[in-house]
Formats: sequence, structure tokens, C-alpha cells
Amino acid sequence: MKEIILVKYGEIILKGGNRPVFERVLIKNIRNALKEFSDIKITIAQATIYIDTPEENIDDVCDRLSRVFGIVSISRAGVCEKSIESIKKAAVEYLSNKLKAGMSFKVEAKRSDKRFELNSIQIAQQVGGAIHEGIEGVIVDVHNPQVLVRAEVRDDAAYVYSTLDKINGRGGMPTGTGGIATLLLSGGIDSPVAGYMIAKRGVELNAVNFFSFPYTSDRAKEKVVELARILSGYLTKINLYVVPFTEIQLEIRDKCPEEHMTLIMRRFMMKISEIVAKKTKSAALITGESVGQVASQTLAALNVTNSVCEIPVLRPLVGMDKDEIIERARDIGTFETSILPYEDCCTVFTPKHPTTNPKLEIIERSEAALDVDGLIEKAVEGIEIIEVYPDMEDNND
Amino acid sequence: MIYLDNAATTKPCESAVKAALAAVEGFGNPSSLHRMGLEAEKTIKNSRKAVADALGCRDDEVVFTSGGTESNNTVIFGVASRTKKRHLITSVIEHPSVLEPFKQLERDGWRVDYIGVDSNGKVRMDELSQKLDNDTALVSIMHVNNETGTIQPAEEIRNIINNVDESILFHIDAVQSFGKIPFSLKKIGADFVSVSAHKINGLKGTGALYIKNKNTLNPIIVGGGQQKNMRSGTENVVGIAAFGSAVKEKRDSEYVRMLRERLKDGILSNIPDVRYNGSNEEFSPYILNVSFVGIKAEILLHTLESSGIYVSTGSACSSNKPMPSHVLTAMGCSREEIMGAIRFSIGYDITLDDIDFTVATLCDKVAEIRKYMR
Repeated sequence: MKEIILVKYGEIILKGGNRPVFERVLIKNIRNALKEFSDIKITIAQATIYIDTPEENIDDVCDRLSRVFGIVSISRAGVCEKSIESIKKAAVEYLSNKLKAGMSFKVEAKRSDKRFELNSIQIAQQVGGAIHEGIEGVIVDVHNPQVLVRAEVRDDAAYVYSTLDKINGRGGMPTGTGGIATLLLSGGIDSPVAGYMIAKRGVELNAVNFFSFPYTSDRAKEKVVELARILSGYLTKINLYVVPFTEIQLEIRDKCPEEHMTLIMRRFMMKISEIVAKKTKSAALITGESVGQVASQTLAALNVTNSVCEIPVLRPLVGMDKDEIIERARDIGTFETSILPYEDCCTVFTPKHPTTNPKLEIIERSEAALDVDGLIEKAVEGIEIIEVYPDMEDNND
Repeated sequence: MIYLDNAATTKPCESAVKAALAAVEGFGNPSSLHRMGLEAEKTIKNSRKAVADALGCRDDEVVFTSGGTESNNTVIFGVASRTKKRHLITSVIEHPSVLEPFKQLERDGWRVDYIGVDSNGKVRMDELSQKLDNDTALVSIMHVNNETGTIQPAEEIRNIINNVDESILFHIDAVQSFGKIPFSLKKIGADFVSVSAHKINGLKGTGALYIKNKNTLNPIIVGGGQQKNMRSGTENVVGIAAFGSAVKEKRDSEYVRMLRERLKDGILSNIPDVRYNGSNEEFSPYILNVSFVGIKAEILLHTLESSGIYVSTGSACSSNKPMPSHVLTAMGCSREEIMGAIRFSIGYDITLDDIDFTVATLCDKVAEIRKYMR
């Protein structure tokens, strides 16, 4: 039987007058995500996107769709002619290997073609009866079924599908409907998750990474590129700005009190990221900070690092525990890469006893020993921009 | 570029590349009955003879493998599946491709003893003779340690084994010594010797195993019965061809020895807080291991890299894991010494100027890093 993919989107439906705009962006993103597949036909009707593709691509297309933001669920459906007899036959045939004896089910029907011979309730009754008769041992349960079977009669054809062939989408809003933000991306566990959470709200991402060769290696940089690549799978593309940071770190190490080192370093990171944000028309910065996780993430410390920025700093992990963040990292596929052991710049220049309750004036006084503007200017000049795509290959340079 | 990481791998020599290209062109399967098969078979035969000559054994005692790791696995698992005894001996400083098979056998119920080393990295002979008994099937001790270059006294080990039981099998992992440190199989009385091509300017993915008596082990890779059933699978003709050529190259170990001394003296007499790791008597001229106390070796490695000097921390195989070197730990080095250990491994294309430049760079960079690491 011919199969088709039905895509449901959630929150966009609530968008009232703007809804068509959001739908258009979502369709554009879907087309973009599926551009490697030929023979894709996309139509939209009554809050459902129909994707028609040759059978051999269906699994791969569903997999790719599962990473497109704005999609709530993806179902495969059997397609049949618009007559009650063929719908009944198709339902039995389509579900015969999937519905097993002992499983309970219920049929819900919908018709957009109001001229169809039966109304929704009658369709549901007839299809339910056919399944009950045609598949041995299945149980009807209209209140609490294990499997929900749907029959839909549309203008051009009828569709049969069930919750057994449904996969969850990522939810969120279509990428591009929420503007651009700049993510401070380290090699750790937290920042990729933070980027994902904001990206999920329809926001496009740039990423900034601070590179401290030779205190961190090219492998550490490759790791960050790989993390950006995994994130770009949800977006289509991320521009990664790699900032040379060694000189700044050495200057801080040389001229500032050891216990202030991390905070001053982070202030530099925020300032440089803000410059990148402005250059790329980003409306906000994103960090993976979580209150109290380390000394530089106490409320007092966040105040010290936050105060250098004019644009908003989004901290989506701010109230999450490490365990919760790790769970998310596993879910989005960045965890295994994040835990690779190459040093990142935060672990090399770490004071033995960092301040946990810093005062802004005191940190500013320590920082005054440095030529802050000069150092920043030089670092920004040395930025390397790497365009990261989901299917990019290692370029062996 | 100053490549001082020759214990990790070496640059293929011209003759090896030429032989490999020829084998790619004449791409026949050595098992095919037609002329193309015969040509490939001849290539393998010539290489086998070259490797056997270098080892000082008969051609039919050499089996080609995919490298040192496979050779070591073949001996350890192969003997274990054949023998009726239940005791095995190795040392604590072996390469992971020896240690891991033994650990697996230990989990399967074998008795395995791991002999310790002294502060020079030499395996303790008294401990070895204590652990040997009539149930011992195999003793596996490396010839040259890959991290420190310390040479183990193979002959002495064989004598100690023979005092207990001459039928106990003796395996030498000679990956770091083959083609570099002369040794006589006959004099040592080894039953198995593992060697690798890419450590002596051949290609990666090729190694060999000397097997004195095929009835002492079962093959671990079975299939089409190639190499007289000892190692099934279509031979890696390209790698084997290169191996045969590489092994015939003349090697000037005395030149390398001179370079090593100059590097060692340069470091020890010009840089404070350094420590030489290894033996002053029994060492490979190709490997020099020095601890720069108070420095993270990885940072020094990348600093040297930016000056075009390529070295290694500990051994390349363990650099991916944040684990302190098991070899230096066994030698009793302090944590700081282990964290700051760099391995320089010398090749033939290194010049005196390269060594002097390396020493000068080390003097500068070590002082610079120490300033910041405090």
C-alpha cells in the first residue's frame, strides 16, 4: 500500500493572524531539511503537512523531520481511495502486522469532504468493526485504548494511520521565526544544551568559542566544531567564531590576582561575544550557566560577568541540575562528544581558590591593570570563522 | 618540521612507497591460480624472506599480520586456547595490546602474574623466578619499552625460565626494537616475536609474527586457510611489499645514539627540574623520555608543535585517555613527573641542528610555561 507522511505542528496553530507566516517558514525549513531527497511533494491542509516521497526514502525522511523545530509529531499513513469499503480494507491491511492480539484500540475519524457518504462517527464505527473482524484477538476500548487508529477523508484521498507509526517531533517554533542569538560554546556539556533550548524557540544561532593554543589542542577545537555540527543538524547551519584567547589569559594570569582570574576571563568572553553578536545582528547572547554550578556561576559572580553586556544574556539552564542537563545532552546527541577528554581553556587557567562572592568594584579594579580594549581588539581581529553544516566532512587541514 | 615521534610511527621510506605502488598496480590476489595471483604470491614470498633474514629465522616461521597488536593478540589468545596449563606471566609495563588480552584471560579464570620493574624500568628478575611454576604456559615480556626505551634482558629471562621448565613458551614484543636493536632469536630462544612495519619506515596495517613451532598455538583468525592456516584472510599485499623493502634499508643506530646523547645532555644540563626516565645502561638509542616537573606535558607538546617540533606525551596510544602512564607509575615516578613526561623518539632524518634547535626551544618554552603555571 502506498504510504505518506503526515506532519503535525503544535504551537503555531495558536498564532492567530500570523499563523500563515509561521506555516510558510516551517514549510521552507522542511524543504531545506529534505533537500538531499529528490521527489518530495509537500502540501498543507487543515494544520497538517502532507509529505509524499518514494517508499525507500520514508524512514530517512521521517528521521530528518524529527530534528526540524516546530513539528510536534510525524506519522506514516496508508493511502487509499475515498470509499468506505476501500478505507475498511486499507485499515485492516495496513494494521494487520502492527496491531497484535490482545492490544486494545479505538478508531477516530475525520472528514474534510463533507459530501462523503458517511459522517465521522459512522466512519469510525465501520472501520472499527472491520478491524475488529479482520485482525484476530484485538480488543475495542473507546475510553483508554493502547492504540489510537485514525481514518481521515480528505478531498483527494483517504488516509489510515495509528499511534504505532507516530514519532514525536522536537516541538518548539520554526527556525528563523525568532531572530538570531550568539551562543558561547565551550567543549563542555552545558553550552550545547543551552544553545539547543534557545534554537528550539525558533532562534538561529551563531557560536563563539575561545581557543587557547597551545594550552588547548587542535583536537579540542575539532571537538567544538563537532558539537556545533551536531547542533546545526537542528538548524541547517551555524557560523562558528573561533577567538584566539591565549594572550588574554596569559595577561590576566600575569597581572591580576589569581582568585579573580576566572571572572575576569569570563568578562572578556562576554565582551568579545557581544561584539560578535552585534556584527551578526544577534539580539542576545546565550550561555550554559546554571546558578551555583561552579564558583563563577554564583549569583554574585553572574552579576559581575553580566554587567559588561548591554544586550540580554539568555541562560536557559539557569535553574537546572547537572543531571537534568546531562539527560538533555544525551537526548540531543551532544553528550558523548562533550565528554571527550581534551582540555578546554576553562580547565587550564583555574585558580585554586576562586572568589565565590565577588564585588563588582573589586573585580573592576583588578581588571584595570590590563589594556582591556587593546586586548579585545587584537582578539577580534584574529577571529577565524568556520561555517558548520550537518553533513560537513572533516577538511583535513 | 622536526619529527621526534618515531616511536609512534615513522615516515615510509622511498623504497617502501615504491614497492607499495607496484603492488597496488599488480593488484592480484595471491591465492588466485592465474599469473596475477602468482605475481602477488611472489611479492609476499620475497617480503617474507626479507623479514625472516632480519629476524634470523626461516621463511616459514614468519606469519604476516595486521600489525603489532594482532601479533600480540595472536600469541596470547592462541597459546591460551591450545595449552592445558592455566598460568601466564607478563610485566606491568607492557603495551596495552599485551596487557588487555591478559586481563581478558584473567577475567576468564586464568592465573596471570604481572611482574614489576625497578626505577630504571627493568623487569625484576627475582620476582620473575619466584612466579614461574610448572603450570606456567607463557611468559610475555617486551624487548624495548615504547615509553622509556629501556631494554629488557631477553636472554637472561629465557635462562630463568629454563631453570624452571624449558617447555614454557616465551614471547617477545619486539615492535620497538625490530630493525633497530640487533637481537638473535636463536641466542634468546624466543618462541614468538611480534614486529610491526610502520615503526621501521613501512606502512601502517602490516606486521609479522615469528612462530617457532606452529603446534604451540591455535590461530585466532580462521577462514580461507591462507599463510598455512596460521592467519586466514587475503594478505595485505601492498603493506607486505612495503614491509619487505623497508626492512632491507640500512639503519645507522650509532648516528641516532649520538643524537640522543646530545638531546639528553642538552636538556639535562640546561633546564632545571627535569628528570630522565629510563636506564643509563640498557636503553634504545631511538627513545628518550624526560619529565619536565611542574608542567603539563600536553601543553608543552602543543607549544613545541607551534615551533614545528613533534613529540609525544607518554605513548600515543594512551594519550587519548586522561590516565597517567602505567609505565612511569610502575617505575615509581611522582605524579608531577608523570604529568610532565615527554617522549622524544628519534629518526634517521634528524640532524644535529634539529637537536640543537629543539633544546633551545625547550629552554625558552619550558621557562615561559613555568612562569604562567606557577
